[in-house]
Amino acid sequence: MSADASSAIDGATLQATHLSRVVAQKALVSDVSFEARASELLGIVGASGSGKSSLLRLLNRLDEPTSGTVFLHGADYRQLPPRELRRRAGMVTQRPFLFPGNVASNLRFGPAQRGESVSDEQVAQSLERVGLPGFATHDTSVLSGGEQQRVSLARTLANDPEILLLDEPTSALDEQSKLGIEELIVSLVRHQRLTCIMVTHDRDQARRICHRVLLMDGGRITQSGNVQEVLGA
Amino acid sequence: MLKNLFPSEIALGLAQAAIAALLAFAVVLLARRRNIHLERDASVALVRGLVQIIAVGSILALLLKAPRWSSVFLLAGMVIAAGSISAKRAKNIPGAAKVSTYSIAAGAGLVTAIMTWAGVIDTAITSLIPVGSMIIANAMNTNGLALNRFRSEVLAHTGEIETALALGATPTATIRSYSETSIHSSLIPAIDNLRSLGIVWIPGLMTGMLLSGAKPMYAAIYQFVVIAMILASSGLTSLLSTTMIQAYAFSGADQLLLKGSE
Repeated sequence: MSADASSAIDGATLQATHLSRVVAQKALVSDVSFEARASELLGIVGASGSGKSSLLRLLNRLDEPTSGTVFLHGADYRQLPPRELRRRAGMVTQRPFLFPGNVASNLRFGPAQRGESVSDEQVAQSLERVGLPGFATHDTSVLSGGEQQRVSLARTLANDPEILLLDEPTSALDEQSKLGIEELIVSLVRHQRLTCIMVTHDRDQARRICHRVLLMDGGRITQSGNVQEVLGA
Repeated sequence: MLKNLFPSEIALGLAQAAIAALLAFAVVLLARRRNIHLERDASVALVRGLVQIIAVGSILALLLKAPRWSSVFLLAGMVIAAGSISAKRAKNIPGAAKVSTYSIAAGAGLVTAIMTWAGVIDTAITSLIPVGSMIIANAMNTNGLALNRFRSEVLAHTGEIETALALGATPTATIRSYSETSIHSSLIPAIDNLRSLGIVWIPGLMTGMLLSGAKPMYAAIYQFVVIAMILASSGLTSLLSTTMIQAYAFSGADQLLLKGSE
């Protein structure tokens, strides 16, 4: 274990150390370090182009850091097979990108990649958990924006992740759907002891549901701490 | 009319080429009236095509006296050139030149080799080079279409592909349907050629065989053989190129590299 890993704060599920990503000589993320724990909802807040989403994509290695790395329970994520890493650190994107077919087939997609099957009962339970009981056979093309995002969340949770990465999960939703998804996220984090890292440009949303926030600008963390300290009341 | 003006065969050929080029350029000017600017591309292509085909004619004239095995080198040169040309049509895809050359070499090479071994293509240079070049040229077109379509499909579905990767899918699984679409669409011209054979068009090879005195029935069947060989080599080329390009579209850590911008 490296010095960086051994210095991880006790209980940190995820620790990012000196993460940077440079593309075409432009630094999208610069020397970012932070940690996140179980049952914690960590917000990454900043304006468009501040590097929030670029940072989130480094956390499940959808993009490769130019320098720095991420530790999961003290283990360098470069040592993990990418598919195992992405199962453990599940991501929900701004647009749900549901696959053609019904809701159940979307929920079964992740486990099927590992050769695991998901029973009808498990599908029903997953949908109940995200507030969509009885939606298993619904075609994804007829769902509302809020319903699609809930299915996307259930699809990611079907992989049984320990870390949930959320990239502006409510930015395309109306106010009512947004509040519903926020409630769901808070409940999932609390009851499943998930480590949740959520990118949002909405400071009010961060104030409502996050425990801590990182404020980003120009690819760097300019401030970090509890919500009141960083964003004010 | 031209035959009276140009008694020499070479001069007659050049005059015929000039008239054909003028006709093509008239269409280019027509397109310009609709703000479709093909002048530069068409001019370069016409001049380049004429120079290249004259060069090949000269080489063929020399090769007629060369041993049969020398046609292998000429065909290999054609494959390398085809790979380079095809890769230009698949710009912005990393590794396109290498993938194109290998795919065309394997697709066109294998079909040409099997058919020559089976005695379908005569080993005489006058037979192997024209038929081989037709197979290579069509494999080149198919390869360019397949890679171009593959790129478009991946760029249009980046979100879906990365969502599948984020859920733990392999690169191969994430782009399977897009590869299939690319292969299918790249083979439409070859399939249409076979479907319309004899009804919509009578290809040049059959015309040439008829002019050189072959029996019409044999010329017709042999033309089918050539078009079927083209379909086989194009299919194999497309299959190989869309498979091989995956190694360049994704990193070793299953990250999508073929993207528009970040």
